[in-house]
Amino acid sequence: MVRILSGDRPGSRILAVLFALLLAVLALAPFLFEGSRALDTAARICVFAVLAASYDLILGYAGIVSFAHTMFFGIGAYGVALASLHVGRSFTALGAGTLAGMAVAALLAALIGLFSLRVRAIFFAMITLAVASAFAVLVSQLPALTGGEDGLTYRIPRALTAAETWGRLPQIEISLPRLLASRGAGGAEVLSLGGMRISGKIISYYLVLGGSLVLVLAMLRIVNAPFGRVLQAIRENDLRAEAVGYSVVRYRVAATIISAAFAALAGALYAVWLRYVGPDTTLSFDIMIDILLMVVIGGMGTIWGPVAGAVFLVLAQTYLQDILAGASDLGIPVLDRLFDPDRWLLWLGLAFILCVRFFPSGLVGRLRHGPGGPA
Amino acid sequence: MSAGGPQAPVHLPRFEAEGVAARIAPFIPAGLVPLVALVGWIGMALSELPAGPAAITDANAATALWSAFGSVFPTWLTLSLAGLAMGMMFFIMASGLTLVFGLMDVINFGHGAFISLGAFVGVSVLAALPGWTRTPDLALNLAAVGLAALAATVAAGVLGWGFERVIVRPAYGAHLKQILVTMGGLIVIEELLRVLWGPSEIFLARPQMLKGVLTWGGAALEQYRLVAVGLGLVVFASMSLVLRRTRIGLIVRAGVENCEMVEALGYRLSRVFVAVFMAGSALAGLGGLMWALYQEHVTAQMGAELLVLVFIVVIIGGLGSVEGCFLAALLVGLTQNYVAFLAPKLALISTISLMVAVLMWRPSGMMPASRLR
Repeated sequence: MVRILSGDRPGSRILAVLFALLLAVLALAPFLFEGSRALDTAARICVFAVLAASYDLILGYAGIVSFAHTMFFGIGAYGVALASLHVGRSFTALGAGTLAGMAVAALLAALIGLFSLRVRAIFFAMITLAVASAFAVLVSQLPALTGGEDGLTYRIPRALTAAETWGRLPQIEISLPRLLASRGAGGAEVLSLGGMRISGKIISYYLVLGGSLVLVLAMLRIVNAPFGRVLQAIRENDLRAEAVGYSVVRYRVAATIISAAFAALAGALYAVWLRYVGPDTTLSFDIMIDILLMVVIGGMGTIWGPVAGAVFLVLAQTYLQDILAGASDLGIPVLDRLFDPDRWLLWLGLAFILCVRFFPSGLVGRLRHGPGGPA
Repeated sequence: MSAGGPQAPVHLPRFEAEGVAARIAPFIPAGLVPLVALVGWIGMALSELPAGPAAITDANAATALWSAFGSVFPTWLTLSLAGLAMGMMFFIMASGLTLVFGLMDVINFGHGAFISLGAFVGVSVLAALPGWTRTPDLALNLAAVGLAALAATVAAGVLGWGFERVIVRPAYGAHLKQILVTMGGLIVIEELLRVLWGPSEIFLARPQMLKGVLTWGGAALEQYRLVAVGLGLVVFASMSLVLRRTRIGLIVRAGVENCEMVEALGYRLSRVFVAVFMAGSALAGLGGLMWALYQEHVTAQMGAELLVLVFIVVIIGGLGSVEGCFLAALLVGLTQNYVAFLAPKLALISTISLMVAVLMWRPSGMMPASRLR
């Protein structure tokens, strides 16, 4: 078990329990919750966990700020979309698109990295911001290739759609004791579990979940390998790492490439799940901000942290807005707008600043070391 | 000594003149602006030429080209003015950022928030003075704009002071933290603007006298653009004057060059830095108002969107250099306008390509502040 995690445990007992619970809930999500919204949320949690963890590779481990992570995410998603459109509706297309997206993302990351990390790491943040915004504009202005603002809708293999039936769960019927049953409004005296149709949609969800699990474990493997240690050394003191004999530029560029490739894979999973890509869902700067929030609030440099951050943020995005909506009816004009569900970024932004200032290792770091431990 | 013994070698030191290339190198960035203007003109003339190889023979190629140069001149002039006006606005927004970086090695992603705040405050002032802006009276119109500009700069300056205190100061010396925390500041302030002014964009009309168009030599020159160019030149000139001719300017320039040495001489640079940060934020606010008047609408995210261009300008110019920032802003403004005319889809890509080209030529930008870090 510990070997699967590459020896990098969540760090505290509470966290271990929470992550085990998370995995259990995600694994049973199609059967625990009804309706497509819950399943969609679960799938988004998986995808964004991978995306945030891959961002942690460069932000938390290599100590480089990039604003082009959504660009790589988008490249992966568009890779699957374009392949599905032009090659046809098949698993070959999905695979080819994924690989092509990954290759393009890695190549682009290598170019940007070599170009800007060679001079000064601080250029990287600004140049990635510029390149990512130019890329988003380019995508929305080339409708012939990318569908422009409308994005692309495409068909994935039928085996992964709701139309396909893979089988049914065995139905279990439990007859309830009379006492319990009579309380229901004359309801059934038999509780039936299971019997659900296993549709392609559910299989597709498991594809996303399995893929995400493998990717996160792979990233844990990478950061706990000597490579990850060198990255951390460079983050802590690049001059010293250089003096010890590691080529700082080479390691930083390598980290950028790996992280971009993982982001593209996350994008491919997202594309398989959504069966749609568009600038707003894969390339917008809002997603970049979401990723930043996930990684920083969850805890930089831990991989576990960004996963937790992704869970928290996706859940908050989906359900917190409903709660905030209740709080925004106080009747005081400005305060109402302060608690407007659309303004939730305000509160997350404040949490973000506080995290950067006071808990650089985020929620996970906090739980690992306790209040007295190293921040 | 006798003549037959070993003799000391003849040694006649003399001043060697620098080569031509070394002597013109400092002036190349300044020369690039007219060069881009010229390239833009040539490009426009070439795009005017009749298409197809049959239409151009050796005999008429020269005359056709010549007349194309003449016929595109008015359009070229209009575009150049637009480019210069845009460039001046970029300069006003970017100058503070580059100085703040040069002085304290602080990279401020929250700069965009000052741009948005200046625009919102200034536009609110203009909206509160309908009597002054709707009458075709130049003095009243300019007074209204002046008041709005004052309010915008004061608001942005005050916000800058608070921002420096709360957000930037705790993160001195740690770039990663700075980038993250100032980015967080940008998000929060942007949301606060939405809380205060509402989430929808605000449309506004320029004051009457700034709406018109002058025609000169067949070229349509928007009055507002002329005002913007004038204002930009005034800001650049007064900034250079302060930096070159006053004591505080001397300290700032020395601090950009080598801050440890200036502090060793007994100056408390952190105070100077706060002043520069406030001035830079105030200028960003002014630039935001000018941009709002130029686009005639305001959104909370305009600052974040402009930040991309501001960064490109700062990188091209070389971090820490005001002159470099000025030239880079003009280059970006002109390039964007010419390219937007010739190939509308490539406008933003063109600035990125410009940046890439400049960085290939000078990896730290055109005129980086001379300090190795």
